[in-house]
Amino acid sequence: MSNPTNLLYAESHEWVRVEGEEAVLGITDHAQHALGDITYVELPAVGDSLAAGQEMGVVESVKAASDLYSPVAGEVIAVNETLNDTPELVNQSPYDQGWMVRVKLAAQPAGLLSAADYEKLCQE
Amino acid sequence: MPYIPHTEEETRAMLDIVGVRTLDDLFADISPDMRPKSFSLPAGLSEMEVCSRLDSLAAANHTNVVSFLGAGFYDHHIPKAVDALSSRGEFLTAYTPYQPEVSQGTLQAIFEFQTAVCRLLDMDAANASVYDGGSALFEAGMMAFRQTRRRKLVIDECVNPIWRVMLSTYTANQHCEIVIVPHKNGTSDKAALKAAVDRDCAAVMVQNPGFFGSLDDYTELFTHARSQGALGVISVYPVMQSVLKTPGEMGADIAVADGQELGMPLSFGGPYLGLMACRRELVRQMPGRIAGRTHDVDGKTGYVLTLQAREQHIRRSKATSNICSNQALCALRALIHMSLLGPEGLSRTAELGMENLRRALDRLTSIPGVTMLNDAPFGNEAAIVLPMSAYELADRLTRKGYVPGFPVGNYYKNMDNVLLVTCTEKHSREQIGILCEMMASELRGGM
Amino acid sequence: MKTLFEQSCPGRVGVIPRKPGKRASDMLSASLLRRETPRLPELSELDVVRHFTGLSRLNYSVDGNFYPLGSCTMKYNAKFMEYAAGLSGFTALHPLMAQLRGAGHYTQGALQVIWELEQQLCEITGMKAFTLQPMAGANGEFTGVMLIAAYHRDKGNRKTKIIIPDSAHGTNPASATLAGYDVVNIPSRDGIIDPEELEAVLDDEVAALMMTCPNTLGLFENNLPHIVEKLRRVDALLYYDGANMNAIMGKMRVGDVGFDVVHLNLHKTFGTPHGGGGPGSGPVGVSERLIPFLPVSRVEKQQDGSFVLSYDKPKSIGYIAPFYGNFGVFLKAYAYILRLGGEGLRRASEYAVLNANYLRRKLEHTLNIPHERLCMHEFVASAPEGLRALDIAKAMLDRGVHAPTVYFPLIVPECLMFEPTETENKETLDELVSLLEEIIKTGRENPQALLDAPVHTPVRRLDETAAARRMILTEDMAE
Repeated sequence: MSNPTNLLYAESHEWVRVEGEEAVLGITDHAQHALGDITYVELPAVGDSLAAGQEMGVVESVKAASDLYSPVAGEVIAVNETLNDTPELVNQSPYDQGWMVRVKLAAQPAGLLSAADYEKLCQE
Repeated sequence: MPYIPHTEEETRAMLDIVGVRTLDDLFADISPDMRPKSFSLPAGLSEMEVCSRLDSLAAANHTNVVSFLGAGFYDHHIPKAVDALSSRGEFLTAYTPYQPEVSQGTLQAIFEFQTAVCRLLDMDAANASVYDGGSALFEAGMMAFRQTRRRKLVIDECVNPIWRVMLSTYTANQHCEIVIVPHKNGTSDKAALKAAVDRDCAAVMVQNPGFFGSLDDYTELFTHARSQGALGVISVYPVMQSVLKTPGEMGADIAVADGQELGMPLSFGGPYLGLMACRRELVRQMPGRIAGRTHDVDGKTGYVLTLQAREQHIRRSKATSNICSNQALCALRALIHMSLLGPEGLSRTAELGMENLRRALDRLTSIPGVTMLNDAPFGNEAAIVLPMSAYELADRLTRKGYVPGFPVGNYYKNMDNVLLVTCTEKHSREQIGILCEMMASELRGGM
Repeated sequence: MKTLFEQSCPGRVGVIPRKPGKRASDMLSASLLRRETPRLPELSELDVVRHFTGLSRLNYSVDGNFYPLGSCTMKYNAKFMEYAAGLSGFTALHPLMAQLRGAGHYTQGALQVIWELEQQLCEITGMKAFTLQPMAGANGEFTGVMLIAAYHRDKGNRKTKIIIPDSAHGTNPASATLAGYDVVNIPSRDGIIDPEELEAVLDDEVAALMMTCPNTLGLFENNLPHIVEKLRRVDALLYYDGANMNAIMGKMRVGDVGFDVVHLNLHKTFGTPHGGGGPGSGPVGVSERLIPFLPVSRVEKQQDGSFVLSYDKPKSIGYIAPFYGNFGVFLKAYAYILRLGGEGLRRASEYAVLNANYLRRKLEHTLNIPHERLCMHEFVASAPEGLRALDIAKAMLDRGVHAPTVYFPLIVPECLMFEPTETENKETLDELVSLLEEIIKTGRENPQALLDAPVHTPVRRLDETAAARRMILTEDMAE
């Protein structure tokens, strides 16, 4: 799966889709692949405020667990609750149905990578 | 040498293959200045000699007494099949079930243990056990910290004082606050507990029966805790739990217990096991080993350790706990014990103890100067007030072969005359009669 | 196999006490009682015996199988130790009996066991005092770090972090965190601590270094004296994880070379059975300066030769166990140490190291063994190119041998970690070698055969993802 070019990427393997004042966050195809079959996703609570780079949750597979870092600053306004029962959506559809968090941006995203730069990072 | 099978020839051949001359050459990395300054242990003994040494050490303990000592740890009859089955080498000498294909015995037993614990405590999920009741209480507190992101525990003084000391030892560097709510004459001060549970509180912790034996219903307290966003944690006694209102019925979030009385001998303090169960929503906060049911590649049912991503070998410094084992063999014993007794056997055990205690107390409280500490309902343990030091009385009777109970004065201020008396199914009418007579005559003489 | 609950038949009874004269409802008000009896299994004694005998047959164990599981020291557990722990003079002893008169008058035999075992462990490790309270290795680690914290607090030192090498057991960082410290990881070089990496992170805020020696790669830390000196400079303490003590008994005493805290695992080094995951026992030994902080109670020997419990230790960290620790486990370890004596313990380490080195040499051409030097009591190998450690492990199960530890330590790719222990004979080691040669050959010729393994075990590979997602943790979650 190639990384959509309309998204921004963090070095910690999260993606960001900016929609005006808001942004949607998830983990990349590369990240879900490295973790293997995802069994659980722990997300922040609606109303939490996040700083850029702050830990916001955990993704677990059988033999690994990986912290999630918020690539942007803002307030959580929604989380993908369907992941509670079907965490496999992160494997099946990382950029769409496997989205994780929607935030109201406190500042425009900074220091993130383009799809091309992110692909380069993954190949290193 | 005991348990080393190598012959001299084999040793020589093996050293040759390794490419060294002597056994000590294998330790060339340890330089001469790092070698032991001393290693003067006695010479080894034959098996017979060791056994007879242990025989005489065992005989130096006063176990040939009739005891009414409990205080959280009870002498029940353990069916002989518990020893026979749990000492099978296939259970005894296996490791933690890391290779599930060849550990289904241990894993299925853990799954069944979890089920039995949940049904006894009336909770949704249980782990495979932790070290003991005290560490279970501590882990429950840590679960509450993680779940609520608050750092304060409110704990009833009626919770076993030994576990409360453990809790403060274990949390000493946790940057948290522990509020102890004083007991009211051996019973929970529920109004004060309720008042102490505010919006900073992570959990309220109570015990039923309380340390003094009193029974209570904490439903309202737990409802209040929930309204404040705090968890309700309850510690119980497994045998009495077979008849008492359950943690689930009271609306507790986490239930813990020391499982000693489910088939563990007293053994001077261990090994025991801590039971730990919770509501479904809290499962991922629960520490320790957990077994789950799944299927193999052919679709056959099997069991594995699951939710391991919470654990230390994956999460390292971010793990839910540093615990990396359970008291597997003790959990197995508890499971076998519960299976042999069944629901009827466990309730009978509780009821015989209750009946015996009532028989004893009827007579003890007719001794002039002896009264009940309070009029709260009780199960198989209750506190009485003596007209003299309970420690002194216990000492005098113990010399005569009867341990009348536990003097609580070491753990509670101004309670030097309070004696905690326990009965189990093992006490006979005759023994109870003798205890009462001895106590009566001692108190007449001692006053 | 059907579960106990599936076999339950209402009305059937096993070993139950006589009928009470009064039921709970005659003695207590209904508001205090549970609505229905717990749904525990209702079975005859024979049902229960068949069930658990059946379950036991599904397990591999040291009694039945070679179990070269690295870092776990699966040596033979001598049967007479069970006799020692089963004596009624110990099993019937209530822990509070010790508090009744003269702090131990009624429990002299038990206190003597505790005191003597502490002395034996002091002599074995060169430490100044031991506490037997910790109920397992990880519990011992936590105790040790709490002692370190108490020491620094008492001295007024401001310490915030603990250094842990990347090869350490996962419990080390978890225990350090629980005791309130930040963890600083340092990478190793050639399998051992790199003094330069250590130097780079060492400052006044370092409370301690936690070390396993020999480390989890089975290698001895040659830089030890150097490391000790560096830590002394910043008043940091040195913690020894005794997981691998079986390698060095009588060859090095951690107390002599400058360690301040050590935890041992009686269930590894001193041959007490693992019980399928516990109970263990994790005594902690300390140097002179940490003695005041040890947990209470302490057993002390009086001038007249009797033993008392002392609680009067104002600087103590408190209680780690409710009483004295897993006493039943002490009895087994105590019996083991008496049986072997000093010479026997030294021999145990020598033969543990001989067996590991022999196996390592014999497997050199079959597996990739990254560290070309003598190992201690265990060694790590990588699966040969194109094969996975997991598949080799599963193929071993099919052939009646328990797998080695796989994928630990994390820093070695496709890692297999073998610890044969001293109690295995040469034939068993030779058989393992041919069996592994055959497995590797099979893997090259017919890779699918390895992927399919095991096929002869009670169940085949289990779906762990489904287990974690569906979370069926009890019979009642099964719907």
